[in-house]
Amino acid sequence: MGAWLAFVGRNTLAFLRYSGGVARLGGDAAYWTLVAPWRGKGLRVRATIHQMVLTGVNAVPIVSLIALFVGMILAFQSAYELRKYGGTVFVVNLVAVAMTRQLGPLMTAVIVAGRSASSFAAELGTMKVGEELDALETMGLNRVKFLVVPKYLALILMMPCLTLVADLMGIVGGSLFTTVELGMPLSYYWSRAVDALLLKDILSGLIKSVVFGIIITEVGCYEGFSVRGGAEGVGLATTSSVVTSITAIIAADMFFSGLFYYIW
Amino acid sequence: MDANSAIIRVENLTTHYGDRRILNNINLAIHPRETMVLLGSSGTGKSTLLRHILALEKPTGGHIHVKGLDVCHCAEEELIELRRHLGVLFQSGALFGSMSLGDNVALPLRELTRLDESTIQVLVRLKLDMVGLGGFENLWPSQLSGGMRKRAGLARALALDPEILLFDEPSAGLDPITAAGIDELILKLKETFPMTIVVVTHELASAFLIADRMAVMSAGEVIALGTREEIRQSSHPRVQQFLNRKPEELVRDHEAYLRSLTAPS
Repeated sequence: MGAWLAFVGRNTLAFLRYSGGVARLGGDAAYWTLVAPWRGKGLRVRATIHQMVLTGVNAVPIVSLIALFVGMILAFQSAYELRKYGGTVFVVNLVAVAMTRQLGPLMTAVIVAGRSASSFAAELGTMKVGEELDALETMGLNRVKFLVVPKYLALILMMPCLTLVADLMGIVGGSLFTTVELGMPLSYYWSRAVDALLLKDILSGLIKSVVFGIIITEVGCYEGFSVRGGAEGVGLATTSSVVTSITAIIAADMFFSGLFYYIW
Repeated sequence: MDANSAIIRVENLTTHYGDRRILNNINLAIHPRETMVLLGSSGTGKSTLLRHILALEKPTGGHIHVKGLDVCHCAEEELIELRRHLGVLFQSGALFGSMSLGDNVALPLRELTRLDESTIQVLVRLKLDMVGLGGFENLWPSQLSGGMRKRAGLARALALDPEILLFDEPSAGLDPITAAGIDELILKLKETFPMTIVVVTHELASAFLIADRMAVMSAGEVIALGTREEIRQSSHPRVQQFLNRKPEELVRDHEAYLRSLTAPS
């Protein structure tokens, strides 16, 4: 019993310490992104654009492909159930709403977590091991401003764009099924999809995607900064950054889905 | 020289990693324009002392004054201002792998000064030339050998013409010829610029070549402090052991040893 309590206590403390660390990094990043530039402390625009290409533009093909598949899967799965009631035409509504509200932002976040949270953790972790973070600090350059903010800003800007791409590709995926299997004309599919969608469906997905982007940057960078030891430490941090950010993304998604269900 | 003229003054510095005491009540004064070598074998706390002087770590107790500023208890802004006057060469060179050599050296100039780009380019070539890497500004850190990386790190440390230059194990991991080259470079800098130089090392030959004064460290304490001659003549047994390269004597209680081997885990 005592050992069990100690286990729970130790893990609770570790969780709180981790959350505190991520929150502090988030506060710093928000300060250096939103407040510091107005105080003449500058913003690294070129590094941000570079990160936008790495994390956003380069992710477009994989996000499109996976969203296309997910749209098709959704169509297959909903048609399987709906055809029992002769309602296969509602496949369109289901695909459109589920993609924009849920699966578009969520799948995008999972892919970006796999691509970028891991790369942030590995990059910053390697820099820590190579004393590059110390070198930065002894030059009087702030590591958050210098390394985190470009990534933070890049993901805040690119996540909604990627999510829109995913939304669109998901609906295209659904149309492949309805055209081939149900013989529905494409123009009818699209007009039905547009009718089914409300602005708030798309907006709620985009709001979530920004939150997911913040989670991915903060977890990835925090893991990188907390690397200990050599190459092995970098490996552990990389793994942990993906697992932790995906867990946090799904938890946040649950929270927001509940919130939007009740209030919006 | 009295302690008040010191550019770096360490007072009663004690620090712990967890429960383990790494530095124990260190007192040290480093005077302007002298070359101070912190000498000691691995694990004696000399690198830790350097990290405290750089304010990369916070001590458990004591004070460090660098140019009159207590780096353990000061505002972030003051520390940033102070760091413009410090140049540091880390053990591995610590070049940014995502930037070319030229950009590495240019970084402090671009970020911390208002010089225009053409001036920065001239300064970069000048600094690289000074360390014998003229014409290499378009290479990447991964294309360099260990010794070249350290030279490039030194060029970056010199970018803002620091008042205090600090070296962490400048010859670690280098072959004797390359290491001698780095020593030569330190001597040249010492002659050319009015800088205070602090070098952490365990290399005896290098230490006796470049030091004005040296502090010998053992088990987290400064056990001897003085000029090269004073250190050579020190009667402290640990200092003599270090200077004469005598290994640690293994005194073993055979009974206890056997018990430790057979103890249930």
